Amino acid sequence: MTLTLALVAVLLIAAAAGYLGRSRARGLRQGSDRLNSLPNYHGLYCFLWAALPALLFLAIWSPLQGQLIEQAVLASPAGQQLPDFDMARDAITSEAYEIATGQRDAGFNPESSALAPVYDQYISRYAGIGGGFAILLALAGAAWGLTRIKASFRARTGVERWLMGLLVAASLIAILTTLGIVLSLLFESLRFFSMVPASEFLFGTQWSPQMAIRADQAGSSGAFGSIPLFWGTIFIGAIIAMIVAIPLGLMSAIYLTQYADPRVRSVLKPVLEILAGVPTVVYGYFAALTVAPAVRDLGLSLGIGSASSESALAAGLVMGIMIIPFVSSMADDSIAAVPQAMLDGSLAMGATRSETIRKVVLPAALPGVVGGVLLAVSRAIGETMIVVMAAGLAANLTANPFDSVTTVTTQIVQLLTGDQEFDSPKTLAAFALGLALFIITLILNLIALTVVRRYREAYE
Amino acid sequence: MSNRLGTLPGERWSGDTMKKRVAKRYAAERRFKLLGFSAVALSVLFLAFLLFTMAAKGIGGFSRHDAKLVIDFPRSDLMVDPAALAGPQGQEAVAAAGLENVIGTAAMTTYGPDAAEMFGQAAVTSLGQQLIKDPELLSRRAELWLPVSSDLDVAAKGQGEAASEKLVSTLRERGALKRTYNGDFLSMSDATDPGMVGVWGALKGSFLTILVTMLLAFPIGVLTAVYLEEFARRNRWNDLVEVSINNLAAVPSIIFGLLGLAVFLNVMHLPRSAPLVGGLTLALMTMPVIVIAGRNAIKAVPPSIRDAALGVGASKMQVVFHHVLPLALPGILTGTIIGMARALGETAPLLMIGMRAFIASPPSGIVEPATVLPVQIFLWSDEVDRGFVEKTSAAIIVLLIFMLMMNGLAIYLRNRFERRW
Repeated sequence: MTLTLALVAVLLIAAAAGYLGRSRARGLRQGSDRLNSLPNYHGLYCFLWAALPALLFLAIWSPLQGQLIEQAVLASPAGQQLPDFDMARDAITSEAYEIATGQRDAGFNPESSALAPVYDQYISRYAGIGGGFAILLALAGAAWGLTRIKASFRARTGVERWLMGLLVAASLIAILTTLGIVLSLLFESLRFFSMVPASEFLFGTQWSPQMAIRADQAGSSGAFGSIPLFWGTIFIGAIIAMIVAIPLGLMSAIYLTQYADPRVRSVLKPVLEILAGVPTVVYGYFAALTVAPAVRDLGLSLGIGSASSESALAAGLVMGIMIIPFVSSMADDSIAAVPQAMLDGSLAMGATRSETIRKVVLPAALPGVVGGVLLAVSRAIGETMIVVMAAGLAANLTANPFDSVTTVTTQIVQLLTGDQEFDSPKTLAAFALGLALFIITLILNLIALTVVRRYREAYE
Repeated sequence: MSNRLGTLPGERWSGDTMKKRVAKRYAAERRFKLLGFSAVALSVLFLAFLLFTMAAKGIGGFSRHDAKLVIDFPRSDLMVDPAALAGPQGQEAVAAAGLENVIGTAAMTTYGPDAAEMFGQAAVTSLGQQLIKDPELLSRRAELWLPVSSDLDVAAKGQGEAASEKLVSTLRERGALKRTYNGDFLSMSDATDPGMVGVWGALKGSFLTILVTMLLAFPIGVLTAVYLEEFARRNRWNDLVEVSINNLAAVPSIIFGLLGLAVFLNVMHLPRSAPLVGGLTLALMTMPVIVIAGRNAIKAVPPSIRDAALGVGASKMQVVFHHVLPLALPGILTGTIIGMARALGETAPLLMIGMRAFIASPPSGIVEPATVLPVQIFLWSDEVDRGFVEKTSAAIIVLLIFMLMMNGLAIYLRNRFERRW
């Protein structure tokens, strides 16, 4: 908690420096000199110099400090007595850390209580070093800013340089996030592929990630063939959901843009958008509670004995309905981009509206519609809650919509919730699945965006 | 000469074949229009059906049944010092008194041996509160209304098992059962007994998480949008920024959960299940949405504003922060609110970072273990107990009300402040 204290101290120092700088610049104004910049800019200049370097240091230090503490604790006499085995040691150290920071009162392992004071000691030592340095940095920055205040000093330029730095830093975060996603997925996936061959993962048709708790237990190696998962994902997200969403979404867009009265349109369009705003967990609950039993009864009445209450059809139907507004708004945009002259020309030749739409508007808008559908597919296969709640866990390779299939996202949730140990292939498999999902959605998005962009350029 | 007339245009168009053909084409036109209308109608009907189902199932979660119970306190074997109740130790005194037995015995003497289980933990809590409020009760034979157990409550709402329903009908005959508003649902947290659960803990968790998300995503998103729209030169580096933002906006949310798990929990060792980590993860997810909305809003500000400001001697920074940004703010805020509403309804990434734990008390800070409303809905939907069905739907109603409020605010802002140039 000392770092929080240092943070507060840094902010206080910066505020004081800002106030001092402003009043000193005002003092200069009382004299005969004409200031280059407004006093406020002088104050802001001092504030930024005092706050930003120290805050940057704290931001870098705080994750670093965790590693330093961990190393120091493991090197201490108490730490060296811990078991070498990674998992057991990690359990003890994380408990000890939680006790030391007051997140829990006592650990399950007796060793952790003994280790807690050691943690406490190193935490306060490193936090003292880091916090002290941050405060020194703030003071130095404040002093630097204050000494530069002169009537001729261009404080505004200095402030604007800092602001520019902030802007660039903010835009870096997007790149860092992408990098973080790629690296963390890649790193954990590589560890997974060092345990399970990539060929089994990519081409295997058996998925049963149950790993034994002890190594000598029977059936200790699971099967990690991901084909059934990807089939399930495509079956629900790209086939069943799209059979529902494409006709409904496209026809809605056509009706709203070509036929509906503007007043009707201004009411119906937001109503459709509400469909997109309903949280997915609500759809999932609805699919599991209302749609799934109805679909099972339908299957049984059709004489399909294997009709499951976790059928692919139920999840796919509800997912398709969720996607309708998405398809509809993409189609809406691309229909609106078709030049009015083409429409008018066709109508002037005596074609009816529906003939114009089918023979002129839709072919012209097709690339945009296809791009929108691809984006919708990428959204559907990344969707999690509906399939977690309404689709099954059994990895079946079946084309029967009344049967139960499982999807990539369902399995990621299944593998990572509950008790987990971080080195087993079971948890690492989730990251490999995540990587595959990321790559597939990335490719779909890139294709869709290129198609849509090319199409837009064609009519501009 | 009718056969020659037949070749004239007027005759050709009014001939029988042509009339039939035109009629056919108009029929096709009507069918197509009807098809379009039915697509819209089907979507709207589905939305209505979804909302109606949730409302019909969930409305019961806001009410509960109380039953009349006569407890003869002086003759029961309850050992509580009335003086202790008034003091600060009142809660502990009540908790230690063994009220379950008193209620159970009283229920059996009033309604027969089947009624031993008719009151649950909720009744004990309620009785304790009534005793603290009015210690006088202890000295007399009191007639009290107490919430019935969840099984009985479900039966009274017409969904229960035969045994419970029989008891309900006896209670009804005696006029000892009434339906009241269940205020606890909005003020309590998660519990194992469906009669005792509430959404307050989850709501508070959601609020803290969204707060962290907003504090991070809003400034970063706006600054990035300003940079990309106003300052970035077209070069390879800035193209990379742009591509990664457009791509991040379309990455499945569960991938952000994996990122949060790998980076915030396993590398940075931030506390598990805490709103801080949830907020960080959701901030990374909503930031691209805000950037895209912000860029569109900034793009919509006409260049003449910038030229005028530059013309009177403002620096580029002053132009942006004094003129462009204030004019673009309504658009940015609309995008931000929509992004926040999405973050509020998000479940999957938060499951990944461990916000699915059973948390029975509301979090008091951003590093305390917490859960959020959508995850709470997911957890309750997994429960076997029948009493949880209506509680889940009731929680969904609460969530939907919040979503509608946020979206309504965004629409209001858009209509009220957004200017067309």
